[in-house]
Amino acid sequence: MTEYALILVSTVLVNNFVLVKFLGLCPFMGVSRKLETATGMALATTFVLTLSSIASYLVNEYLLAPLGLEYLRTITFILVIAVVVQFTEMVVHKTSPLLYQVLGIFLPLITTNCAVLGVALLNVQQRHGFLESAVYGFGAAVGFSMVLILFAAMRERINVADVPEPFRGAAIALITAGLMSLAFMGFSGLVT
Amino acid sequence: MISAILILSALAVAFGLLLGYASVRYKVESDPMVDKIDALLPQTQCGQCSFPGCRPYAEAIANGEADINQCPPGGETTIIALADLLGRDPKPLNPENGVEEDVRTVAVIDEQVCIGCTLCIQACPVDAILGAAKQMHTVIASECTGCDLCVPPCPVDCIDMVPVETGIEDWKWSFPDSTVNAGLSTLAPHARTVADGEREDDETPQRKAG
Amino acid sequence: MRRLFQFRGGVHLREHKKDATLHPVVPAGLPKRLVLPLQQHIGKPAKPVVAVGDKVLKGQVVAEASDTVSSPVHASSSGVVTAIAAQPIPHASGLSAPCIVIETDGQETWRPRDEQVYDYHQLSRAQLREKIRQAGIVGMGGAGFPSHIKLDPDGKSVDTLILNGAECEPYITCDEMLLRERALEVIVGLRIMRYALNAQRCIIGVENNKHKAFLALLQQVRNTGADFIEVIQVPTVYPTGGEKQLIHVLTGKEVPSGGLPLDVGIVCHNVGTAYAVYRAIEFDEPLISRYVTIAGSVAHARNLEVLIGTPVIDLITECGGNPGTLSRVIMGGPMMGIALHSTDVPVIKTTNCILVNARVGDVPLPSRGDFALPCIRCGACAESCPVGLLPQQLYWYSRAKDFDKVQDYHLFDCIECGCCDYVCPSQIPLVHYFRYAKTEIWALEREKKQANIARRRHEFREFRLEREKREKQERHKRKRQALKKDSGTGGEADAKKAAIEAAMERVRAKREAAKPRNVDNLTEQQQRLVDEADARRARAAGRSNDKENRA
Repeated sequence: MTEYALILVSTVLVNNFVLVKFLGLCPFMGVSRKLETATGMALATTFVLTLSSIASYLVNEYLLAPLGLEYLRTITFILVIAVVVQFTEMVVHKTSPLLYQVLGIFLPLITTNCAVLGVALLNVQQRHGFLESAVYGFGAAVGFSMVLILFAAMRERINVADVPEPFRGAAIALITAGLMSLAFMGFSGLVT
Repeated sequence: MISAILILSALAVAFGLLLGYASVRYKVESDPMVDKIDALLPQTQCGQCSFPGCRPYAEAIANGEADINQCPPGGETTIIALADLLGRDPKPLNPENGVEEDVRTVAVIDEQVCIGCTLCIQACPVDAILGAAKQMHTVIASECTGCDLCVPPCPVDCIDMVPVETGIEDWKWSFPDSTVNAGLSTLAPHARTVADGEREDDETPQRKAG
Repeated sequence: MRRLFQFRGGVHLREHKKDATLHPVVPAGLPKRLVLPLQQHIGKPAKPVVAVGDKVLKGQVVAEASDTVSSPVHASSSGVVTAIAAQPIPHASGLSAPCIVIETDGQETWRPRDEQVYDYHQLSRAQLREKIRQAGIVGMGGAGFPSHIKLDPDGKSVDTLILNGAECEPYITCDEMLLRERALEVIVGLRIMRYALNAQRCIIGVENNKHKAFLALLQQVRNTGADFIEVIQVPTVYPTGGEKQLIHVLTGKEVPSGGLPLDVGIVCHNVGTAYAVYRAIEFDEPLISRYVTIAGSVAHARNLEVLIGTPVIDLITECGGNPGTLSRVIMGGPMMGIALHSTDVPVIKTTNCILVNARVGDVPLPSRGDFALPCIRCGACAESCPVGLLPQQLYWYSRAKDFDKVQDYHLFDCIECGCCDYVCPSQIPLVHYFRYAKTEIWALEREKKQANIARRRHEFREFRLEREKREKQERHKRKRQALKKDSGTGGEADAKKAAIEAAMERVRAKREAAKPRNVDNLTEQQQRLVDEADARRARAAGRSNDKENRA
């Protein structure tokens, strides 16, 4: 039981995928302008990450490993992730057309989100079991969502504040992200 | 080698079938986005955006054929609202489409000159002109959106665009300019007081009685 | 002993109330002209029922209420109506609005009054409210909401009726003087209101800096033996006099956002309104005068009983102010008053104070610099807000013109008291930003409504044009079919000829059926003219017939 709690704390705080591992920076910067879109993106990515983490584990464990096709791992994982993202896109388009329009290109770009592929590959590298893979994927998603929502909230306030002209827009956002990253790296050593 | 290709192909086919099923199951019929965009437009139906009305412009925005900064009657507020809705950056109004007017205008027909030709009635996009052939025409001021479309067709040029007077009900507080005297700020800082004498700007017109 | 509550925030201000309370209140001098705006209340403006040139008596109705939420206007003195036109009115914009101008004749002749004092219990509650409505009584604490509506429990039960004598703003002392001098009348007015609302208990709240007023009230409550009335002193904090704040202090209840005090079983009226109700019910006198404080840079700061419609300049000169050195005249208090654009504006039903400020340095109003500095996010504004809002966030979003976000932070719950403005170390004009945001939002809502109407009209027009096109096509189709059917008997040319003949027949019938109009009861000359015209027509017809016969 404690291993799963440890995995969660590790992926959410200590080894946060965005701020410590620096994966998934594209949606992090691109969708964080408004809080509502960031929340929508966070939910979509959580869905994709958890599902693809499980699916990748299953394909690796029961298809690639027994047949000795480990060298096809990367391309197969990408295929799995692409399918899951397509599926998610259809669901979002049906349930919330507004979110679909607002997320725009970033929804299919979850396919190229290195955090998703990263989770899948790290699961294999760290030789996780089925449940561990699932928790690992879910924890990574929670960490990503939390940071995305925090950053979006901060960006909303920064955008209406008195920012000096040279810093407006992406510049102040990246500086803020850097400071957040410094803060999150303070979590290292939380679990000994 | 062969088995690898076969396995991958099988996997791809399986996923393809899954996606095919999902695309049918989660089919989306119409695009409610257009309604949401149309709700933000000012409905002047003036055509300055280069589309024949507000609904076609909304459809063009939804299709990505038009940009969000083409509506002069909507002005900055509409651009910001559209940017907000679509998650884009607001940009300044495209000068090719026109300039934002400060004062709202309505059309007024000079009844001495009107010949009752009905050309303006046919031009008005909101049917705000009352009249019939060889009868006097008149503009229903409360329904006129100030779109200017009735002015060109009139053969005797009897239609004028007259600015609408603002009264106390429409009066708005000005945006506070922090470089100007903000002292005694709760006490109407923009107001000219008695000792200031004549007002140099005529932005506060006297309202007519009745 | 009733337990009192504290509302969060608020500021302690220097009171400046001593000067105006040294002398008893006397009536102000009768002005030469009275300017009565048609709208001195919340709701629709009143409609004039007199014309220019009419003689009016004191207390006569000059404008009737035009709607349920509206209030009549009465002549404050006898005289002649000289104009019904736009005059400058006390409003932040400096704009004018329709007013009735009366030139006083100095006689102060009353209209016939029902002099007898009778037992108001004999009237039904609805009749009582109707009398109050006809007397033109509105909330005299500054809001101006028609009081007869606020005295209607509207099916809800009213547990507590509160009279607001807190008067928390500096300089203003009109309510205090009213309580000191006419406490008994206020209490009778309170009892009338209690009857109208069928309320249980009554509380009169006064700030603890008004000792004489408090004692006067206590005495009169004891004299009248009203054990259901409590007189309570509340701590002197600005803005205790705000309706929702006073309710919270006295009862601990919080009026929900967007709701009314009636929702929690409480109704709150100003002490001046209670006095006006007393005069209306017991003496049949409409609301035509009120206590007004004149303070600031005047030689004799004091309270006067002023006729509604008196120009402000008259009061300033009466109290020793110098019209030549005026730089800023405020109607209301230093926190929530409005700066006047002209001193010709009249005192209206909701005017409580005229604050005269010759130079900023003379009168120690909250002192300010010349310009605002950037916000340092100190949070002092949030600590002082009596409503519990976040003025800092409201500021940032008003400034960025993000009107959706600003409403998320409950902009419309802001009572514009000015506490946040007062404590801001950067001296940012916060209340100005909030007022700007509020009027912009209202303007946007109006535009949206207009746009919706325009859209519906446009859509109907498109539908109408489509329908017309369709109907035209239907008609063409039917005609073609009809022609085709006839063509079986003689070919198309015949059918066309038949159609043309039919049309000409119709025209002939119409011409013959057309009768000359206006031919009954003709004078001789008219009949002669008609006969001549007929003769001319006959000759012309004869000539054309000859032409035809020859051709």
